[in-house]
Amino acid sequence: MSAPALQKTYQVQHRDFGTAGEASADIKRMLRQLGVQSDILRRVSVAAYEAELNLVIHSLGGQLSLEVDTHHIQLSTSDTGPGIADLEAAMRAGFSTADDEARGMGFGAGMGLPNMKRNADAFDIQSTLGQGTQIAMTFNLS
Amino acid sequence: MTIRDLADILGAKVLVGADRMDQPVISACCSDLMSDVLAFVTEKTVLLTGLTNMHVIRTAEILDLKCIIFARGKMPGEDVLQGAEELHLVVMMAPHTMFTCAGMLYEGGLRGAAMDWKLSSHGADA
Repeated sequence: MSAPALQKTYQVQHRDFGTAGEASADIKRMLRQLGVQSDILRRVSVAAYEAELNLVIHSLGGQLSLEVDTHHIQLSTSDTGPGIADLEAAMRAGFSTADDEARGMGFGAGMGLPNMKRNADAFDIQSTLGQGTQIAMTFNLS
Repeated sequence: MTIRDLADILGAKVLVGADRMDQPVISACCSDLMSDVLAFVTEKTVLLTGLTNMHVIRTAEILDLKCIIFARGKMPGEDVLQGAEELHLVVMMAPHTMFTCAGMLYEGGLRGAAMDWKLSSHGADA
């Protein structure tokens, strides 16, 4: 793939289930147009969707960013809180603090963070209770 | 097996994509939790669900799913059907519980989508 440099940031609002997923769908469409191969496209899309929904469900609002260069795709999130109380538990498959509203929308299976980690080639999460959470994911293109 | 075969087995009503029924089907999954679908489904499979909101369509878009079957006779809203049409999906409504739908399709020869999470003594590992 000979991808040009690309950077785009999406604002994600707290509890905005109506538009949740639109940023991820846009990311998928852009990467497809760039010619990203299908298995990588799928992994990035799933991770982006999980990240976007986590921002909607769990954060007070934040942003989802995409960066593409010749060798990597980077997805990152940053939010304004509230931070994760028990990061080790949050990374465990099946652990969820999602409420009934989120579950009613089809989320809260406790697979979001583990699924992001699983799909990315590199995954880093930093969280400070009372301040916020930052996630960085890298996907190798070659 | 094709999507048309699934419709025949279930006696399902086709809501969207009647002209796309001859696509091949290799597997299916059942869930009302889209985050489980996102985690466990790695194939371009058929999704059976009782959830009828737009997140079913967005999940289908993210995973390149081709067909959604709404179980329990649930009818999605116009926004969902329009979203499905824009993505060229096939959408059906089946007049059975999800368990019965799955059983009928399994009996007809369809199998579950592969699940490739590593399992340890405490369950699925990240």
